[in-house]
Amino acid sequence: MPIKLPSFRPRKDVYPSDLWTKCPSCSEMLFNKQLEKSDRICPTCGHHFRLSAEARIALLLDERSFQEEDGGLQSVDALGFVDQKTYPDRLVAAQVATGMRDAAVRGTGTIEGRRVAVCVMDFGFMGGSMGAVVGEKVTRAVEQALAQRLPLIIVSASGGARMQEGTLALMQLVKTCAALELLRAAGVPYISVMSDPTTGGVFASFAVLGDINLAEPNALIGFAGARVAAGTIAQELPPGFQRTEFLFEHGFIDRVVHRSALRGEIAGILRYLVPVPVEVVAAESRSLFSPIGFLTSLADREADRG
Amino acid sequence: MVDRLLGRRPAAADEATPDAKGAMWNRVQLARNLRRPRTLELLAQMADEIVELHGDRAFGDDGAMACGFARIDGRRIVFVGQQKGADTEENIRRNFGMPHPEGYRKAMRAMELAERFALPIVTFVDVPGAHPGPESEERGIAEAIARSIGLMTRLRTPIIAIITGEGGSGGAIAIAVGDTVIALENAVYSVISPEGCAAILWRSADEAATAALAMRMSADDQLELGVVDQVVSEPGEGAHADHAETARRLRSVIVAELDRLAQIPPDELVVARYRRYRVFGAYTETAAPPVVAPPNRGLADRLRDLLDPTRWLTGTTGGGSSRRDEPAANEEV
Repeated sequence: MPIKLPSFRPRKDVYPSDLWTKCPSCSEMLFNKQLEKSDRICPTCGHHFRLSAEARIALLLDERSFQEEDGGLQSVDALGFVDQKTYPDRLVAAQVATGMRDAAVRGTGTIEGRRVAVCVMDFGFMGGSMGAVVGEKVTRAVEQALAQRLPLIIVSASGGARMQEGTLALMQLVKTCAALELLRAAGVPYISVMSDPTTGGVFASFAVLGDINLAEPNALIGFAGARVAAGTIAQELPPGFQRTEFLFEHGFIDRVVHRSALRGEIAGILRYLVPVPVEVVAAESRSLFSPIGFLTSLADREADRG
Repeated sequence: MVDRLLGRRPAAADEATPDAKGAMWNRVQLARNLRRPRTLELLAQMADEIVELHGDRAFGDDGAMACGFARIDGRRIVFVGQQKGADTEENIRRNFGMPHPEGYRKAMRAMELAERFALPIVTFVDVPGAHPGPESEERGIAEAIARSIGLMTRLRTPIIAIITGEGGSGGAIAIAVGDTVIALENAVYSVISPEGCAAILWRSADEAATAALAMRMSADDQLELGVVDQVVSEPGEGAHADHAETARRLRSVIVAELDRLAQIPPDELVVARYRRYRVFGAYTETAAPPVVAPPNRGLADRLRDLLDPTRWLTGTTGGGSSRRDEPAANEEV
C-alpha cells in the first residue's frame, strides 16, 4: 500500500476563480492578469479563450477609433416567455453580469487606417444568442456598410438563436441574410470572423455567408450541437467534429487565423477587397435586382424613423 | 403526466393551465402524425399535373426534399417541400423528412429556375429539423440553409410558403421565406424542437409540453406574432383524417394568393418581402449612454461579488473573467 504523500501541486479549487483560470487544453493554471495581457491566449499551448466584445474591439480596431452605434437597443419580451425564470429576469441578470445591453455591439472604426463597419458578439451575454437586438444590430451594420460603402466585419460568438424569442428569433436569420444579399450585389466586401463558439442559427445565417470566412483555431463551429447530433442520429461523431479545422478541411473556411495575426490578416484582405464605386455597380447591373433601388428604399426607411 | 409536470413546476403553473399545455401538446402530436399529408400527397390531391425534378447537380438527390413543376387549377408553379415517409421503409429512404445540404441545394436550383422562367413558387414546410449529422456538416448544411434563405429574399417571382406540419427551425425557414406565409391549423413552428428547448432551459426533456407552450409554437400563436399571415382550418380531427378536404381548402387559398401576387410587379414584391422580414423582432431604443464595461476589478469588487445575490441567481455567469470559459452552452437552433 503506497503511502499518500502530501501533494505540493495545489488542487484547482483552492485557486480563487477570479485570479486564476485553468487552460482547458493543457491544464496549465494561468494568472488572469497575464491572460488578459496576452489577448486571452494560453501562453503555453496557444488555446484561444473567449473574448468579451470590448476586448475584441480593442484587439481588432485601431486605438480609440471605435464609435458605437445603437448602444441603446434592448430586447422586449414579446412572447411572455417563462422557463425557470422569466425572460426579462434573465436579461437583467445578463446585463448586470456583463455591463452590456445585449449580446452584440456594433459601430464603426478603423483597421490600419481603413474605415470599416463592425459588429461584434459576446458569448458572455446569454450564450451570445441572437434575438431581436442582435439581429437588428447585425442588419443595421450591413445597411450602414451598404449606405456608406464601408467594408463590413462581423465577429461571431454565439450558441445560436435565442429560444426565449421563439420564431421571432428565427426570423432574424432572414433579416440578416436579406441584408447581406444586398451588400453582395452592391460590391461591398464582408469578412466573417468565427470565434468559439459559432453555432446554430448564427452559423446558419450571417456567419457562414462571408465573402471571406476567417476562424480562430479550434473554435467550435457547427450547425447542430454535438449533443443534438448524437441524440438524433445515434452514431459516433468523428474526432474534431465541428472544430475550425474540420470545417477548414471541408472547404467552408478560407483561413484559420491566430488571434494575434487577426488584425493584420483583415487589413491585408481589405487591400484586395475594396468596395466597388457606386457608378460601376449601377452601370454593370450584373445582378437581377437593383441595389440602387434598395438604397433609395433604405433612405425612405431612415426618413420614416425620422 | 401533466399534473406531475405541474407539481414540479409550480411557477409555470400560474401561466400554463393543464388544459392549455395539453392542447398545445396535442397540436404538436397532430403536426407529427404519421398519416398527415405531406408535400407530394397534398399535390397529388390538388394538382392537375406533377413533374418532379431530382438532384442538386453537385452531390446527389435528397429524398427528404421534393421539388418540381405542378399545375394547380390551370396555374403553373414550381413546388418545393420536405417529404417525410408514411411508413418505416419510406422514412428510411426519405431520412424522416430531414434534408441534407443537397436537399436544400436542389430546392435552390428549382427556385432559381422558377425565377428565370417567371413561375411562382409554392413551398410546403414539414420538417423536424435539417439533418444534424457529420455528413450534413461536412457538406455544409449551415451554408446551404443560409444561401437558400438569402436566395428567397431576392427572387423576383411570387413565393407562397405553407407550414403544413412541423416548422422545425433552420431546416424550415430555409424554404419558408415568402411574400405570404400560410399555416395549416395544427401546424407548429418553432426556433428549436420543444424537446431540445426543454433539455436546455428546463434540463429535462419531460418538460417538452411546457416548452412548446412557452415558445407559442401553434399556428394561431404564430398568426398573432405576425410570422404567419393566414391560418387554414383542417377538417374533422385533423388533416390526417381527410387528405382530400385538406388539399381542397389549401388549393383555394393558394389559387387566391397566386392571383393576388401575380398582380404585383416583381420589383415591388422583392421590396415588400424585404420589409416584411425587416421588421421582425421586438426591441426598444433608449437614448441611454453607450455600453460602459465594468471597471477593472479590484479586491473590493471581488468581495462585493461574493456578497452579490445576483452571483447566485445567475449561477456560474456571475462576476469574474472566467465566466466566458464555461463549456459551450450549445443553445443551437
